[in-house]
Amino acid sequence: MRKNLNVIAAYTIMMGLIILVGIFQSWNIALSIFNLCLISAVMTMGANIQWGYAGLINFGIMGYTALGGLAAVLISVDPVQEAWSAGGSNILLSLLLIIGMVLAVRYVLKKYEKSKVRTYIIATIIIAGIIIIRFVSEPGIEAIEEVDPAKTGFLGGFGLPIIFSWIVGALFAGGLAFVIGKVALGLRADYLAIATLLISEIVIAIIKHEDWLTRGVKNVIGLKRPAPYEVNLQQTDWFINLVEKFNLSQLNLITDLTERQAALNQLVIEGSSIFVKLCYSGLFLIVVIILLILTQKALYSPWGRMMRAIRDNEEAANAMGKNVVKQHLLIFVLGSAIVGIAGAMLVTQDGLFTPGSYRPMRYTFLIWVMVIVGGSGNNFGAILGGFVVWFLWIESAPIGLYLVNLTTAGLADTHFLKVHLIESVPYFRFLMMGIGLLLIMRYRPKGILPEKIEIK
Amino acid sequence: MDYINAIVLLLNYIFVPALAYGSQLALGAIFVTLIYGILRFANFATGDMMSFGTMVTILFTWYFQSLGISLGILPTALIAIPFAIIFMVGYMLLIDKFVFKYYRVSKSPPVQLAMVSIGVMFVTQAVVRIIIGPSDRRFFDGEKFLIKAGEFKEMTGLNEGLAIKSTQVITIVVTLILVSALFWFLNKTKTGKSMRAYSDNEDLALLSGIDPKKIVMITWIIAGVLATIGGALYGLDKSFKPFTYFNNMLPIFAAAIVGGIGNPFGAFLGGYVIAFSEILLTYAYKKFFMYLLPESLEPNTLVQLLSTDYKFAVSFSILVIVLLYRPSGIFKGKIL
Repeated sequence: MRKNLNVIAAYTIMMGLIILVGIFQSWNIALSIFNLCLISAVMTMGANIQWGYAGLINFGIMGYTALGGLAAVLISVDPVQEAWSAGGSNILLSLLLIIGMVLAVRYVLKKYEKSKVRTYIIATIIIAGIIIIRFVSEPGIEAIEEVDPAKTGFLGGFGLPIIFSWIVGALFAGGLAFVIGKVALGLRADYLAIATLLISEIVIAIIKHEDWLTRGVKNVIGLKRPAPYEVNLQQTDWFINLVEKFNLSQLNLITDLTERQAALNQLVIEGSSIFVKLCYSGLFLIVVIILLILTQKALYSPWGRMMRAIRDNEEAANAMGKNVVKQHLLIFVLGSAIVGIAGAMLVTQDGLFTPGSYRPMRYTFLIWVMVIVGGSGNNFGAILGGFVVWFLWIESAPIGLYLVNLTTAGLADTHFLKVHLIESVPYFRFLMMGIGLLLIMRYRPKGILPEKIEIK
Repeated sequence: MDYINAIVLLLNYIFVPALAYGSQLALGAIFVTLIYGILRFANFATGDMMSFGTMVTILFTWYFQSLGISLGILPTALIAIPFAIIFMVGYMLLIDKFVFKYYRVSKSPPVQLAMVSIGVMFVTQAVVRIIIGPSDRRFFDGEKFLIKAGEFKEMTGLNEGLAIKSTQVITIVVTLILVSALFWFLNKTKTGKSMRAYSDNEDLALLSGIDPKKIVMITWIIAGVLATIGGALYGLDKSFKPFTYFNNMLPIFAAAIVGGIGNPFGAFLGGYVIAFSEILLTYAYKKFFMYLLPESLEPNTLVQLLSTDYKFAVSFSILVIVLLYRPSGIFKGKIL
């Protein structure tokens, strides 16, 4: 118990801060911060597995997040029948051609010795394949994108409950990580960082511009929800009764019947959105707890010890007969899959998929700040980092505004400097993140909750 | 005649823009490569440092414009650049003193320095956005075109026009002067040689009495010059927007690695490799073939290898291919 005192203290303070937001701002804001904190925590767990356990730098978090989001779209949206009949066959044919191309390349790679001729053959196969696929898919894509472009213009998905997409998102992200890992894991640390950053940009470019699959920058809105809709809740009897019960003392103060009804209605509307957010919080909390248990078990298992050994001294681990390449690939895939879950969760919560909103600042570097600030190698630290950093990211605008008002209190309200500073309050979050990261790296390089290795 | 038309078409839409864009990338890539070669870390704040330099240039330009100073047909920004460089070098040295020096002295692994540079990136980005705001700014004044498309058509009697923007010429000329001066400095002067020695083998360089503090300071000064000029030229040619500059970091990294990181000459050429391949692969060649081929063979599609949306993706794919087959870059890296 004593050993974990700092963990408990840190989490208590964090929850206290969120509750303070609930009391002083509103419970709606507090819960939306809490939900995004949970999603960030899942992402940081993914990044922490790669960086904290194995020392792999993955700056491609944005790409896996977006793939998770894509999974949510492909799973939950109803299939667009006209689009399938218009161009589905072409797309399926191109898919087969891609598989054929990959198999052909694999065959050549296996069959022939490494030589210049082999490289040329592979290059020819790939180039010819791309040209053929373009000819096959072009008419299909055009036909699909012409099907009611204002509403659909894409193939749609499978029409399944969106919750399945959390698993599928993990599979997508893991699959991508497998390919990237095969290609890039041999690189030195900082090269790997740059390569993954660039590859994630390619992924985003594809998601943004392949309208037949994702609707691209036209966005997919109105995704199904795992939680009830506010409008339906507001008309359900048990929910109204529940709200009434909770606020009985407050309602009893109002004697006039119509006024009481109006107040109740107001409370029901507020309560419904809080209830929906609570449903999400419950779902997310389940995911976080399951992942936390699994990652903790893994960390203290023989496998976890092996990963730390590989991280701390790759050559020695190799000499002890551990397959470093294979383990790196495994952990790269696992971590990315967790990030994929978070991506699907994010889209599930928002109910919309906006490829244009995936930017490296928000989805790659911010997550890294979370991992570093929280404490790499320590799962509780990583989760705490997700909470702290996301909380500051949201609350830095009010804090910044307060500071600006404080420092420029002597100036008139119309003074150009004051107006300018108040306009640029949203950018104070970057400043806070940067300074926070620099201070932590300088004075507490292992994070708020440092990694501790217990030998049991 | 048709052949000349086809060539002018390519010159106008591919060669001239790619040369200008490549020069801008090349300056950034040399900046990345110098930091990597001497300070030994991947600087993720590259794009934002360039945007900081450009911001200072813009502020000075506005100041000079308000004083009524101008260069006639040349943009006022050219007088502003030297002042901006002084400011920028100060900023760089300040960052180095308060941030990077600690990790350099304690011999931290390069990864940690790269993480620290992310912190610097956040701070610089915030400072730029707080001072000048996130919106698009144009600060170009003076004569816009050196040759206008219409004039060229009249002059030569061709169907295709060739437009050369004055900013493109300024970019290319300034880049050439700056890069030649830099290579002269690195190869001929004593300080330059000691920088190369330091990059090649730190311990040996220290043994032979090279002062590391001086080397690091000169590196940051050169980096400040490159960042300001590269950023300002890009801003003059296109426009200044902090977010674009942040994104430009990616092709710049690609250029530096393709050329062989740590090798300034490689980075210089890498910039052009990236720029040309981006533009060559995303250009629609329909009109070009219409001039060259007989009417019966004329293509009815755009003959575009990749849609322009994938412009960035091209450079990254090149990078990935290079990393796989020649991790040290086209021109052997890691020697300054």
